[in-house]
Amino acid sequence: MRWLLVKDLQLLRRSPLVTGLLIVYPIVLAVLIGLAISRSPEKPRVAFLNQIPSGGGLNLGDTGFSQDEARRELCAKIECVDVSSRAEVEQKVKDGDVLGGLILPVDFISKLQGELSTNSSEPATVDVIVNNDDPLKAQVVDDRIRSLLTEANLLISEKISDVAGNYEKILAEGGSFEIPFLNQTVHILGLRKAEKLLNQVESSLPPDKRAQVAEVSGFARLARQNLALADSLLSSIRQPIAVNKDVIAGSVPPLDTFAVAVAAAITLLFVTVLLVSGSLALEREENTFTRLTRGLVSRTALLVEKATLGTAAALVVTLLMLVAITPFQSIEWSRIYLIIPAILLAGAASSGLGLAIGAAAREVRASALLAFALALPVAFISLVPSGTVSKGLLDVIHVIAGVFPFRPAVDALSGALSESGPNLGLPLLHLALLTVGYLVLARLALRRFA
Amino acid sequence: MSEADRVLEVEGLSKSFGERAALREVSLDVGRGELLAVLGPNGAGKTTLLSILAGIAKPDSGRIDRSNGEVGWVPQQAALYRRLTVEENLRLFARMEGVEDIEGTIERMLDQTGLEDRRHDQVSSLSGGNQQRINIAIGLLGDPSVLLLDEPSSGLDPSQRIRLWEFVAGLSKGGTAVIYSTHQIEEASHYGDRLVVLADGETIFDGSFAQLRRGAGPRPEGTAADPENDFVRFLRKKGH
Repeated sequence: MRWLLVKDLQLLRRSPLVTGLLIVYPIVLAVLIGLAISRSPEKPRVAFLNQIPSGGGLNLGDTGFSQDEARRELCAKIECVDVSSRAEVEQKVKDGDVLGGLILPVDFISKLQGELSTNSSEPATVDVIVNNDDPLKAQVVDDRIRSLLTEANLLISEKISDVAGNYEKILAEGGSFEIPFLNQTVHILGLRKAEKLLNQVESSLPPDKRAQVAEVSGFARLARQNLALADSLLSSIRQPIAVNKDVIAGSVPPLDTFAVAVAAAITLLFVTVLLVSGSLALEREENTFTRLTRGLVSRTALLVEKATLGTAAALVVTLLMLVAITPFQSIEWSRIYLIIPAILLAGAASSGLGLAIGAAAREVRASALLAFALALPVAFISLVPSGTVSKGLLDVIHVIAGVFPFRPAVDALSGALSESGPNLGLPLLHLALLTVGYLVLARLALRRFA
Repeated sequence: MSEADRVLEVEGLSKSFGERAALREVSLDVGRGELLAVLGPNGAGKTTLLSILAGIAKPDSGRIDRSNGEVGWVPQQAALYRRLTVEENLRLFARMEGVEDIEGTIERMLDQTGLEDRRHDQVSSLSGGNQQRINIAIGLLGDPSVLLLDEPSSGLDPSQRIRLWEFVAGLSKGGTAVIYSTHQIEEASHYGDRLVVLADGETIFDGSFAQLRRGAGPRPEGTAADPENDFVRFLRKKGH
């Protein structure tokens, strides 16, 4: 078996394209993944047309938003490309120069002001212009705009809540405030002082009037006490829904680590399956299978040799990839004692799949085609998260993903790369069982291999 | 044939694939250094017989005695790694055969095949004839007393074919019994000490070419003296 392994390595050395691919593929993938996860998402470019007359701002009591302030807030979240007309917005969107267009109409502030002060039924609206030529882009723009509007609404409600809280304080404790638009300062006595004054005058009143004054004084006390409760009420308006997250199943690694695990598993799966299936099919194409198994090596030993080759290649390629990704994403190399077993078992299971494919296809080209045709959709559906498809379909996906090594390889690598990842035991056992199962399948398929 | 000279003894071999009988009660003895040609039309059972003798397929019934030495096998298509060199192929299979003097055996095989100057060439760069010589050399690595060749000259041009048969004749002279299958009576008549003719899985002739020609009966007037005509006449006479 040792000499067969040496022979396969010699053959690899004689195939510079395949060997080059084995080295370049993980490095290129690592660099791409590294660049993707190390750069924060870029701000979407949005054409911005502000038709509001200059100087106009939103007044909320003694506070509000100036146009400059609002623009700063908005352009912190998107890359605002200033334009001068609606036609220019439409052209930029159409040309793909910007992801979308945002137009603040002339009457936007006045309508918003009216809505806030007089409960006007006409809502303030912004115009959004998008190009729905790409469903993914359309979804991104839609999500982004919804998110911006939610943030804007939240900001306004926070300001309103602050203003209302201030009014409530003045009403209870007394003080002064400015009336918007009139530029006039008003002094408010406050409920506490009113109650105090009433209590003072109560003793000097005739007994038949005291009860009435005591009633008014009691009302002032009760009103002040209840206004104190308004603070928490206003807070709840500011953020009506709070999140309390309970994790009932699964432990997830950081998203970046998960991305590295997925990239490593894809690399490992493709390289190993293609290498092993091709190597086994080559024995038949070269007519050497019968010569070898006539007494030089058993069929099972031949399969074990190919699986060893695949597992060794998986180890080298995956470690190479992790090393290449290290400048972009911190890898916890202190967990190497977990990373290596995860790679080895993922490599063994992928080799097993490669053997089954190679034994079934019997030709190098057919095996490569079959390997791609199987590995690509399996990797794709294995990443479908629960809740995004119906339960029945999800069950089917789980079954399909469970009989292929990709998903357990991702879980094993996630668990090995990060402490907060899934427990390693189950995925490693899963991979070991898949290895044995695929070896049995390949051994059966070899009956009609020669 | 004396017991000491006999290197392979086969008795009553039968093999069926489903309903179809590929071999029926085939028996033969092979002596040291003998060149035995197994002839027959397509589907006669030649490859099945050689596969069973090589140990690749199992007979349904019958007995094979290989006690007087190893049996080497050379498949019809060259079973070589085309991206490895001639020497690397020989070394790999010598190691796997458990040959003791690997380098000495490689040198002997290169000398025997006349491919010393091509030892570092990849097999894919060799001609079909030279690939077949390496193919046979690998079959000889275990130093067998019997070498089985499955249609060794198929796909070779006439000059390559002549060189191949000279090589095989050299093996026979060296004491290695060679059993080869062919459907070319001319080759068998030139390079076979003995001919075994199979038809529908049965042995219908076992003897020299001269005996076969006599068995074919008189040549019709106007036909040329041609081994192929003699063979066809023989088959027709036997009802095939």
